[in-house]
Amino acid sequence: MILMRSPAIICEHLNKRYRIGRLHNDFPTLRDSLAETARQVVARFRGPHEPRPSNIVWALRDVSLEIGQGETVGIIGNNGTGKSTLLRILSRITRPSSGSASIHGRVAALLDVGTGFHPELTGRENIFLNGVILGMSRSDIARKFDEIVSFAEVERFLDTPVKHYSSGMHLRLAFAIAAHLEPEILLIDEILAVGDAGFQRKCLGKMNDVARQGRTVLFVSHNLGTVQSLCRRGVMIREGRVAADGKTSDTVAEYLRTLEEVSSATIANRVDRSGKGLMTLIELQVSTGDANPSKVLATGRPARFACKVDSYRPGASCAFDIYDQLGQPVTYFDSSMSSAEDVAMMGNGSREFVCELDQLLLIPGRYHINAGVTWNGELQDFVEGAIFIDVEQGALNGRPVPREAGYGAVCMPHRWLTPGL
Amino acid sequence: MSATPEVADQNRSTSQLIGNLNYVSITADRTSLSAELGEFWRYRELLYFLVWRDVKVRYKQTLLGAAWAVLQPLLTMVVFSLFFGKLAGVSSEGLPYPLFTLAALVPWTLFASGLIQASNSLVASQDLVKKIYFPRVLVPLASLLSGVVDFVVASIFLMAMAYWYGVTWKAQLAWLAPLTLLTLVAASGAGLMFAALNVRYRDIQQVIPYLVQIWLFASPVAYSGHMLPRKWQFVYAINPMVGVVEGFRWAILGSPIALSTTSISILAALIMLLIGIAYFRSAESEFADIV
Repeated sequence: MILMRSPAIICEHLNKRYRIGRLHNDFPTLRDSLAETARQVVARFRGPHEPRPSNIVWALRDVSLEIGQGETVGIIGNNGTGKSTLLRILSRITRPSSGSASIHGRVAALLDVGTGFHPELTGRENIFLNGVILGMSRSDIARKFDEIVSFAEVERFLDTPVKHYSSGMHLRLAFAIAAHLEPEILLIDEILAVGDAGFQRKCLGKMNDVARQGRTVLFVSHNLGTVQSLCRRGVMIREGRVAADGKTSDTVAEYLRTLEEVSSATIANRVDRSGKGLMTLIELQVSTGDANPSKVLATGRPARFACKVDSYRPGASCAFDIYDQLGQPVTYFDSSMSSAEDVAMMGNGSREFVCELDQLLLIPGRYHINAGVTWNGELQDFVEGAIFIDVEQGALNGRPVPREAGYGAVCMPHRWLTPGL
Repeated sequence: MSATPEVADQNRSTSQLIGNLNYVSITADRTSLSAELGEFWRYRELLYFLVWRDVKVRYKQTLLGAAWAVLQPLLTMVVFSLFFGKLAGVSSEGLPYPLFTLAALVPWTLFASGLIQASNSLVASQDLVKKIYFPRVLVPLASLLSGVVDFVVASIFLMAMAYWYGVTWKAQLAWLAPLTLLTLVAASGAGLMFAALNVRYRDIQQVIPYLVQIWLFASPVAYSGHMLPRKWQFVYAINPMVGVVEGFRWAILGSPIALSTTSISILAALIMLLIGIAYFRSAESEFADIV
């Protein structure tokens, strides 16, 4: 075993169960509750009463974890597997149904960015309000005020009500406040999924600093690349249980393996998806340029990706990302970024977004694709690991691209000018 | 590293012993009252900022700002004076009816708006409740306390009007402070209760306005409580606002007051507060899950 560090977080047999219905954010009316009470009274006469098991969802089951001081731990897993529930329990927003946890150190939890911002208040006022809400003292905020403002790059708008901020400014300000909390333990949930790339890099840099200063970081994310660059240890939660715990790269590999198992199911039948749901993906077909599906492509050969949706709404767009076997993103395709070469297949009732490539520039290996559809500015459906593909070795402009190239994830068409034959 | 249940129990007890700021123990059980009071004290700055936010936003968004604090009781005073004072000829203990009812409307407005705001507060702040940990009681309490600013403005107006009617200041004016506290105690008792109920049953939102209306007429705001038969006085005083309103009239206008009635009202307000706190604490742990 590695050198034992004094623990920052210890979870012992944490369980959390919800009654269905509460999960979906609806609330019982008095009438429902009276009806339920009546049902329970009747049930009590009939025998020992336990909530009907079909009503119960276990968000966490018997989770035991020990996290040492100064560790950076990434928590990964599919949607709805209990990652966020774990953070909510550790940040004391909700209580476990049974089991216990103890935390040694000052905690800051960022489950969302900008919670508690008031649109009518100015940037300056919101810095204080939000800082105090996140657990800073007024004097701490005053001391770090200038730093926060310059990190957020909102100097000129300090006395403007936040309702006039662009969403980017809003986010920058919110993250800047959070980044200056200086807790001993930082719990973060997926907040970097939003924001522009430049600011994301800045935030990651800041979080890296936090980790390097010996603070403990617990980071929930879908972005396997970020998790791997930020965290040394990875924990995978699956169906509420700890399914893997170890070096991040091992956990990510394990996660991709399980993702592959799930992805063998038809996309239409998968439940681990997110988005509004007005449009859903029902099929993703990959082929080498013709209409016959094949999960094997070859470097330098044409490729064709066809995403079928259940219904088409005008203005909808489709996007997919390709990830390598380490879970690092390699490239992405987005139909909303249009080009003169695009063809609109209007009028024939087509429900397919087809993306055609003349030459596949991926080096040989195994990849997976996350795909989503967006309509009306909102993500309608998103499926992780929608399909796994193998890229076989091939040739690019007649030049062979061998399987064991070893470097990078892409190859490019090129020519050499050499001194002689 | 599976810990036996005994070990877990030991951990729980040591955590209570340590009680250190930087050590937190999380279990399915409810936190002890002393631990909750400690948390409340640690988060006092948040309470201040939540009140500050509510006050600031209210005055920023309104055209008339502080004038509303005076206009609300003033308009009700005009209506009451017309219908109860003039048309119905309700007795006002020999005082000018407008002054008589305004002295009651000022604390009543603090109570009623505090109760309404507090009842809706947790639902209105659900983003906060779902995403951030802090003692939940701060939310209804802050919305209650933010009414105090309006109350102070309205009180100044009330004093000015009393002066204009030729009322002389008396030493018993000092009792206004504890009487205001009594108003807040009564409002927080009911407010905490309804805030917690509202998270679970949104029906409460429909009930509150009616409740407040009935409560208004169950309090001696538009009429004098001394009109009631003597034997009913004690039952009547279970409504804490009876003690509050009669206390205000006594302190400002020198109306008669019965110590027995006031004591019953104080006792009732304290019991309401205890019930409110107890219910709030029992419901608190599931707010984030069901709001």
